[in-house]
Amino acid sequence: MVDARGLVCPMPVAMVQKEVKKNAPAELTVLVDDKCAVENISRFASNAGYEVSVEKEGTDYRLTLKK
Amino acid sequence: MKKVNWLVVIAGAIVGIAAVLLTVLGNPKNMGFCIACFLRDIAGACKLHGATVVQYVRPEIIGLVLGSCIMALITGEWRSKGGSSPATRFVLGAFVMIGALAFLGCPLRMVIRLGGGDLNALVGLIGFTIGIFIGVQFTKRGFSLKRNYTLAVTEGSVLPALMIGLLILVIAVPSLFNSSEKGPGTMHANMFIALGIALIVGALAQRSRLCMVGGIRDGMMFGDFKLLYGFVAIFLVVLIGNLALGSFKLGFSGQPVAHSDHVWNLLGMLLVGWGSVLLGGCPLRQLILAGEGNGDSAIAVLGMIAGAAFAHNFGLAGAAATAEAAGGVGTNGRIAVILGIAVVLVISLANMPKKEAAKAE
Repeated sequence: MVDARGLVCPMPVAMVQKEVKKNAPAELTVLVDDKCAVENISRFASNAGYEVSVEKEGTDYRLTLKK
Repeated sequence: MKKVNWLVVIAGAIVGIAAVLLTVLGNPKNMGFCIACFLRDIAGACKLHGATVVQYVRPEIIGLVLGSCIMALITGEWRSKGGSSPATRFVLGAFVMIGALAFLGCPLRMVIRLGGGDLNALVGLIGFTIGIFIGVQFTKRGFSLKRNYTLAVTEGSVLPALMIGLLILVIAVPSLFNSSEKGPGTMHANMFIALGIALIVGALAQRSRLCMVGGIRDGMMFGDFKLLYGFVAIFLVVLIGNLALGSFKLGFSGQPVAHSDHVWNLLGMLLVGWGSVLLGGCPLRQLILAGEGNGDSAIAVLGMIAGAAFAHNFGLAGAAATAEAAGGVGTNGRIAVILGIAVVLVISLANMPKKEAAKAE
């Protein structure tokens, strides 16, 4: 799980990149509260071979990345 | 081949068209849009500095913030946020402005100057890219100005409200403000046309996340060139516009509102690139984020205005070359740029994760 709520670009996507590089998880949940971060992480994850689904939870977004 | 994000390309193209159009309508050459120059002109108009040649309430700044604000309200993205190292952001904003004014332009004007054939801007681009590279190294290793928080609506409304207030006052009581009688401050498009154009650009920049720093930064960090397409689109449209209007002039000398003090053009833009990565975006992006309700970006913009005031009150800004003088950056400006780089280094190091936290991750 990466909790990047309250962080602005490029920090959320940098955190996801770090996690993917370090642990190469088959599934990763990411919490953000910024639409721009949703777009950037989705783009990065797709390029890294993940399928991305996004759920809105109040003012936050839950992204699920799956290989 | 990665997919081209056409929204960014269209936004970039429209910014380019707007820049050329505003120049035709009266803005200074190669300065259709310049966030640093226009914030500096507003600082002068509000009597925060005494450089009489650069004082005018630039409606472009007002339009960019309000255009972003309106678009974010329409799309439901407007949110009042803040509390992420505000004082640090103020200082970063001030030094980004000091670096930009040494070079004589923000990253957006750098691209516009490149499109006019100004090779001094190429030197600036090299410095800017080096600065972004340094900032990216810190970001990759965990640099963060810490989290922001959802705050009362008033916090996110500060900059949009300031802009509305400024607009009302300049229309109702223009005599309140200083207005240049000679120099670049006298050169401007019709206020309402400039405001209208900037509203459209602000709205598009909000939707497309257009950012002059973001393109190079994301390319370096993730191989993601989405935002760089906007940068390239601005350059190409301005280039075509200048060629069509006969105002393209390739070279270092005789360029409008520019100087060929290469070392300081490079170091000034290095400071801008590095500081902007730490802030999370270029000066244009800070205006757009402030319009979306981000109080941290509003603080960075207020820091830029303060930086502009310091730059002109203490002789830090670069002087444009003229037929009589080579222009360039004076001793005070050189010291300020070096000091700025040192301050940005200290901020970068002080906001890295603590060793224990980094190990635990």
